[in-house]
Amino acid sequence: MTRTLGKDLLDLESLTGDQIRLILDTAEPFKEISERAIKKVPALRGSTIVNLFFENSTRTRISFEFAEKRLSADTVNVSTSGSSVSKGETLVDTARNLEAMRIDMVVIRHSASGAAHFLANRIQSNVINAGDGTHEHPTQGLLDILTLRDRFGDLKGRRICICGDILHSRVARSNIWGLTKLGAEVAVCGPRSLLPNAIDQFGVRIFDRVEEAIEWAEALNVLRLQFERMTAGYIPSAREYNRVFGITSERLERAPRDILILHPGPMNRGVEIDSDVADGPHSVILDQVTNGVAIRMAVLYLLAGGKPELAEAAKGGSSRGREERE
Amino acid sequence: MKPLLLKGGKLVDPSQNLNTVGDLLIADGKIAGIGGSIAGPEDAEVVDCDGLIVSPGFIDVHCHLREPGREDVETIATGARAAAAGGFTAVCAMPNTDPVTDNQAAVGFIVRQAQRAAAARVYPIGAISVGQNGEALAEFGEMVGAGAVAVSDDGRPVASAQLMRTALEYARTFKIPVIDHCEEPTLSAGGAMNEGIVSAQLGLKGIPAEAEEIMVIRDILLARLTGGHVHLAHMSTKGSVELIRWGKDRGIRVTAEVCPHHLSLTEESVRGYETNAKMNPPLRTAKDVEALREAVKDGTIDLIATDHAPHHYDEKEREFADAPNGIVGLETALAVVVTNLVEKGGLSFSDLVDRMACSPARLFNLPGGSLKRGAIADVTVFDPSERWKVDPSKFLSKGRNSPYTGMTLVGRAACTIVAGSVVYRSGNSGRGRETKRARG
Repeated sequence: MTRTLGKDLLDLESLTGDQIRLILDTAEPFKEISERAIKKVPALRGSTIVNLFFENSTRTRISFEFAEKRLSADTVNVSTSGSSVSKGETLVDTARNLEAMRIDMVVIRHSASGAAHFLANRIQSNVINAGDGTHEHPTQGLLDILTLRDRFGDLKGRRICICGDILHSRVARSNIWGLTKLGAEVAVCGPRSLLPNAIDQFGVRIFDRVEEAIEWAEALNVLRLQFERMTAGYIPSAREYNRVFGITSERLERAPRDILILHPGPMNRGVEIDSDVADGPHSVILDQVTNGVAIRMAVLYLLAGGKPELAEAAKGGSSRGREERE
Repeated sequence: MKPLLLKGGKLVDPSQNLNTVGDLLIADGKIAGIGGSIAGPEDAEVVDCDGLIVSPGFIDVHCHLREPGREDVETIATGARAAAAGGFTAVCAMPNTDPVTDNQAAVGFIVRQAQRAAAARVYPIGAISVGQNGEALAEFGEMVGAGAVAVSDDGRPVASAQLMRTALEYARTFKIPVIDHCEEPTLSAGGAMNEGIVSAQLGLKGIPAEAEEIMVIRDILLARLTGGHVHLAHMSTKGSVELIRWGKDRGIRVTAEVCPHHLSLTEESVRGYETNAKMNPPLRTAKDVEALREAVKDGTIDLIATDHAPHHYDEKEREFADAPNGIVGLETALAVVVTNLVEKGGLSFSDLVDRMACSPARLFNLPGGSLKRGAIADVTVFDPSERWKVDPSKFLSKGRNSPYTGMTLVGRAACTIVAGSVVYRSGNSGRGRETKRARG
């Protein structure tokens, strides 16, 4: 049994089910901190963290930043505009410079698949992948899974369908790996032009029609449709996508059971998901956002060397987790 | 020039069905005697070849020497020395230089630089189209007159079927092959590796096997239409092998090559975003590798070529999708083939020599490819059983981008002879057991 993480969190593919459960379990006590009036514990006091965002992001960056601040870390945000990156500095030079500044952790978001691996192989700091190209977005996968676990308890045998652009979705890949490792039954549904050709080798069920997916699933994770997919010719129009693949209340009404609705955001209302579904009683979309902070706190805490059993103590005001490492 | 007497090696020459221990005498740049025990002239330099294989010189019909344009990455001189160190007595340089080798002056430049290097021979390949832009036909006749041995727009596919048709027709006058880099550009656009489970998992855009195969069958059909000789570069898929077999069965003038990396590595090598496993065509699946090995054995694939593509180390040190395609191959080709096809795959040394020496000479109408008395003395002496660890810092090529770094391989050139002159020798004894290397 592996009850620790490695140096980095790069993907869910390389984690064991136990490691995923460790992160989820560690997130539980951290949820409560965000409910307090003073939302701060000293677990990462003295740690320096760089949020390195080579790609636009609002919610993931804010979520990481809150998680870091609530753990008392010192953080610096670097985004593509206004940094040397826009002057053509290579990723390897950026990595070397960060290393030279003796930072403890790097959170990286990048448009190239493998960018987080690239960085992790070249620096000693802990690296957290906040989304790399079309590869993985492990903290998003974890927060989705935590949200599902909040409602379902054990995920073994639970039926979850991921809907939309699987081909280009890092969220989909992380969800497929994570859910599968926890014993859930996973399906995907979307136009075949937006599914990887090798999807049949992922060990997931495939639905060509969203109606069939709704008939089968207990939860739907509805992916954002990127508009550049239309210009690239993968699908004809947003209108047709909504008519054929949209998650609408009409479709959900015909489901044999209540279906939990997740969406990693930001939503295109009226395209992949209708507003009445997104705002409806079975939507857990805002719970995902709340859980996002707790998951990221858990990941930061564990990578910094915090012991899971000390997470409770950490939130009480001790910084022992950090001291244990030193 | 002193005569050379290669003593006691195993003479492997499929051009005369020879596979026996014996001596080889070289004088005046020609093969002066072969077989049995030869008592050479008194002034002859004697090279002990006990335990080594003596064969016609290897010829690589596909490499990128980067000069002119990227002399920081490779020059004709360093490339020619790397070739000699790999056991090649001759290489053909692809025209995707800067400027493109698309006219007689550019071809002549390569010929002159190669003469100065005085290592392996370098034969220029001219471009099919002016600037490799896929539009106007380049001047084949003048380029052949200046020393070009084939034409190709390698690095880029010939997208226009009409241009390919015209090139195949026009090349018939000069009796040269038209080499195509088979890639349907709209299907492969943006692709970074083979399309399959690994690309899907890594989140990298894939290039399907069909992108190659569509162009393979197009080119075979155009060869049928025109009667021209189409040579298909760096074949990488099982489907391509089947299509080539189909073409050959019908007597169509199609020949094909495969690279050592496509005979030894699969898409799995890309995991971890390993940029030294990035090439075009990409590494494919184990099934493809298996089919390609069989095709080398049964002759469906005519020859082995390296697609030697040096890059500066920091060009490969980046995000996978942005890294350039290609690896160096001249100094590992023989060992990769011996290790993967002879040791594990049951290929005979006689067939290895055919695919690396005789067949390229025959198909590209080049000197060499035989040890018959009177033939030009381009000879490769190699140790079929030397085990060595690949260390790119010891390469004579300027390129260091090898996916075989740190691997232990079997088989290594001991001595490379061009027109009777030793251009490479692995150790003082000429037996390839020492690490000291002569430079050119």
